[in-house]
Amino acid sequence: MQDEHDNRTMGRREFMKCMAWAGTGTLLLMKGGVLHARTLGTEAGAEAKDATFSFAQVSDSHIGFHLAPNPDPAATFRAALAQVDALPVRPDFVLHTGDLTHLSRPDQFATVQGLMQESRAGKGKVLYVPGEHDVIGDNGAEFFRRFGERQHDGGWYSFDHRGVHFVGLINVLNLKAGGLGYLGAEQLAWLKKDLAPLSAETPVLVFAHMPMWSLYPEWGWGTDDSAEAMSYLRRFGSVSVLNGHIHQIQQKVEGNITFHTARSTAYPQPAPGAGPAPGPLKSVTPDKLRSYLGVRSVRHVQGKDALAVTEEAMA
Amino acid sequence: MSGRLVLAACLLLAVEGSALAAHAAVDATATPNRIEIHNFMFMPKTLTVPVGAKVTWINRDEEPHTVVSAGGQFAPSKALDTGDRYVTTFGKPGTYTYYCTVHPFMTGTVIVK
Repeated sequence: MQDEHDNRTMGRREFMKCMAWAGTGTLLLMKGGVLHARTLGTEAGAEAKDATFSFAQVSDSHIGFHLAPNPDPAATFRAALAQVDALPVRPDFVLHTGDLTHLSRPDQFATVQGLMQESRAGKGKVLYVPGEHDVIGDNGAEFFRRFGERQHDGGWYSFDHRGVHFVGLINVLNLKAGGLGYLGAEQLAWLKKDLAPLSAETPVLVFAHMPMWSLYPEWGWGTDDSAEAMSYLRRFGSVSVLNGHIHQIQQKVEGNITFHTARSTAYPQPAPGAGPAPGPLKSVTPDKLRSYLGVRSVRHVQGKDALAVTEEAMA
Repeated sequence: MSGRLVLAACLLLAVEGSALAAHAAVDATATPNRIEIHNFMFMPKTLTVPVGAKVTWINRDEEPHTVVSAGGQFAPSKALDTGDRYVTTFGKPGTYTYYCTVHPFMTGTVIVK
């Protein structure tokens, strides 16, 4: 389905051809309590016209990575942001779901900031949560200094945007030996309190770097205490959970909760269990790389309690 | 497969204090005092060294890894990029469990005696 949408328009195809090593995207549509994922293209653009608002998701830019299959993730991140800028309807904000950098180095964070300033969308409102690659050695001090929302010491935050309640969670700190992603008791207590005053009809969108369900624990693809978070979210009619981390699109529906993982703008990783380890898919050739990378758009239609999710590959 | 089972069995034995069997089996498979990080695994997963030994970790993956003591028993490494090494000296006998804080499912043990 994604390929079908990817190849639909000449204009887009030509645009993509100009972007060597480009990544790609996702459009998220919320309808009737279920989040639908679409590849970005003309149809997604047409659907966006009846939306009250939309936003774009980029993830796993891994600035500082320099090996196969992508020696220049800055170029593909730039291309991904250009793709957001080219959306037919301007998104209200951009969401980066972590692993901005590869090694948490100040120069790598500075590169991310510089690339954001080159983009119209990137110069606007951008919300971030850190990935485990952004908190190495300093528990995220540099990340939070540059990109943190500063609502709480722990770095998590929430806000309301045109009727949708957004929650940014941190699940990459204080990880335990042998464990997965981790939210911790303090953050869970905050989440419970944050959600308490909301009516069950409020659409809720939660985002965090690591998958919030047991996607593939053998490779660390999950969050140890996500079930507790989900117990607070289950009463809502429409909950969407956006994650990065695994550099590919995976989805799961659990009652009214829909989980989506995003593509990376840097390099793909293997499908769960396909291969010995979750490292970069080195075998991807330069001409095929773009089809593995992407951007996601999410739009909300007033009067409907669902968000629409559309994926856009870079090629 | 059987090698991994032997290692796991050795680890159990070592933890229980029956170190004799562990010593023989681990030394047969390990390069002395050197742990390779490859495919998101510490190889060997359990390394036995004498007191005062220097242990070197080398990252052979494209992904960065760290070497961090689960109980804070030795100084943590910085992020190890591809080809980076981390060296630490073990001055006291004991069982040192460590993990990669970037990928916490990666764990390993150094037994010093």
